[in-house]
Amino acid sequence: MRFVDEYRDPDAAAEVATAIGRITTRPWTIMEVCGGQTHAIVRFGIDQLLPKEITLVHGPGCPVCVTPVALIDAAIDIASRENVVFCSFGDMLRVPGSSRDLLAVKALGGDVRIVYSPLDALALARRQPANQVVFFAVGFETTAPANAMAVYRAKREGVDNFSIVVAHVLVPPAMASILASPGNRVQGFLAAGHVCAVMGYTEYEPLARRFGVPIVVTGFEPLDVLQGVYLCVKQLEEGRAEVENQYARAVRREGNVQAQAMVQEIFEVAGRTWRGIGDIPGSGLALRERYASYDALQRFPFREPTLSPETECIAGEILLGGKTPTDCPAFGARCTPERPLGAPMVSSEGACAAYYRYRGRSAPTRV
Amino acid sequence: MDQVQSLGVSCPVPIDHSHILLAHGGGGRLMHRLIEDVFLSAFKNPVIETRHDAAVVELNGARIALTTDSYVVNPLFFPGGDIGVLAVNGTVSDLAMAGARPLYLSASFIIEEGLPVETLTRVVRSMRDAAAEAGVQIVTGDTKVVDRGKGDGLFINTSGVGHVESRHPIAPTRVRPGDAIVVSGDLGRHGIAVMAAREGLQFETTLESDTAPLASPVLALIASDIDIHCLRDLTRGGLASALNEIAEAAGASIEIEERRVPIRDDVRGACELLGFDPLYVANEGRFVAFVPEHDADRAVDVLKAHALGASATIIGRVDHAGDPTVVVWSPINTRRVLDMLSGEQLPRIC
Repeated sequence: MRFVDEYRDPDAAAEVATAIGRITTRPWTIMEVCGGQTHAIVRFGIDQLLPKEITLVHGPGCPVCVTPVALIDAAIDIASRENVVFCSFGDMLRVPGSSRDLLAVKALGGDVRIVYSPLDALALARRQPANQVVFFAVGFETTAPANAMAVYRAKREGVDNFSIVVAHVLVPPAMASILASPGNRVQGFLAAGHVCAVMGYTEYEPLARRFGVPIVVTGFEPLDVLQGVYLCVKQLEEGRAEVENQYARAVRREGNVQAQAMVQEIFEVAGRTWRGIGDIPGSGLALRERYASYDALQRFPFREPTLSPETECIAGEILLGGKTPTDCPAFGARCTPERPLGAPMVSSEGACAAYYRYRGRSAPTRV
Repeated sequence: MDQVQSLGVSCPVPIDHSHILLAHGGGGRLMHRLIEDVFLSAFKNPVIETRHDAAVVELNGARIALTTDSYVVNPLFFPGGDIGVLAVNGTVSDLAMAGARPLYLSASFIIEEGLPVETLTRVVRSMRDAAAEAGVQIVTGDTKVVDRGKGDGLFINTSGVGHVESRHPIAPTRVRPGDAIVVSGDLGRHGIAVMAAREGLQFETTLESDTAPLASPVLALIASDIDIHCLRDLTRGGLASALNEIAEAAGASIEIEERRVPIRDDVRGACELLGFDPLYVANEGRFVAFVPEHDADRAVDVLKAHALGASATIIGRVDHAGDPTVVVWSPINTRRVLDMLSGEQLPRIC
């Protein structure tokens, strides 16, 4: 299959891996930001090909994982109401709120549906004018343009029974927060290729300068990740800290300007709480005042949020790259994809789910 | 729970969740636990404990295979088939997995009030045609109508009996280290075709379901005197779940090579888009056969000579006994565990 097979070629992969080995003279710790990359690394066993000096740590790039419990509780509360059709991407349904998840709401009779695009939810709202259709707008910069488009069209077409729960997060502030944290061990980044396809990578240039870290915009296939690691190690070994673009087949420096304009029209930057990490200023999106009537949280005032129970979950440390899933005592024992204690065990982009699925409960291979 | 079992209590024990979730029917680990904890513990007997697609029982010296399956597919009609074809082919295939020649089927219809009669007759006609193709007769049945909103248009249950033709038992317990693992064709077409036809998913595809009655390719293997150790049709949960079930039941470790698993480009493309792993996607006309290494090439040749096995191929082998895991060699020559699916595959966010 074109655009896939050539990036999964075993000989080419071995060649890049050898090249990485050749230029590596000492230990380096590199974080892949995006959960999609984490899954590629674990699914294809990319880390097995790297020299032992290179440690890959997994970043916070799993939107499902970082959505705070309070927002999930709000979503569950809305989804449980009469005459509400609650639409979400699939991964979100199994994430535990403080007492249950959206799949449980569905099992108890709530109208909870998986959609593949916010525009499908908008179409549903047009077809069911008697119901309130609510979309759970989760994601990084990648999904923001489509979600913005849905709100834009709803307003233009006067679809008043449509609204969204905004749970958008932004990548660069999270990277800055990781680099500024006292225990940081990340020396270089593989930036998330799809986020950069929308946003470009100018935002990363000041980060690379300020913190002196190389940042390589990287794709998602095995060869992409290996090339990203190669470029990153090369910079580290040569003492450079620049932004480079491995994923040039999808990413331009300025990004997708039209998509950015759509996001700008609908959303503004706002502070956000990240599950397991805490508040990061300027790290989220909120609806602008003129679109505030499409905010589901305003339309359905949330009854008292419950306090999230203490769990053993160490999601925060994992999302910041401080620990890997197998460092967690609950991993594979008290925390499994069927009974997750935290979101990283749920999402198809969560690091714990990747380890569990591709390495088994008890067979982790640490590099 | 151990304590309860040691006291010899065999009534159903409460399971992990307080309510049934959709994932309990998804073919993955949750469904497994439901079967173990609720059904097997209640219905305990030596036949059910073989946990085969079909039960094999002796009646006056004749070995009879018996199976049942219910069909709840949405939408009722999809590219390449409909619920009626599935209901016939699925039960025929389950009988075939026990090495049986399927003979007679029953068919029960649970119909939601308001279903157009035309829809029902269309489904029944395709059942008639599918039965003719598979060489079985539908000899008894039942009809129930439920209130509007209490069913999804139409549910069908079929049960079937067949005559076991394989001289040796076909069961996971016969799986041995060194056995070759053969798949009968390319994977994932049914799951993706149904998903594409379902409301809300808009990508253009010409994919059709692979639904097929699997008795004749299996009977061809038996007629060629291939010593089949184990068979499993690859339905919900796909190849990954079938291999895990067999690894567990056989107590053996299985290795496959991802590159050797035949998957069409259009299926792979759809899976890439949705974030699905094709090894977990449902099939309705594919099976996996465990055969001794010396029979493997001949088994592939027999299947390839058959219309339903044109892309049959060896994908791996049974490695060693005593460690029930499934390992995949990735396209870049690294190893990973192929776990059983937990719940349903959920489409990803980005």
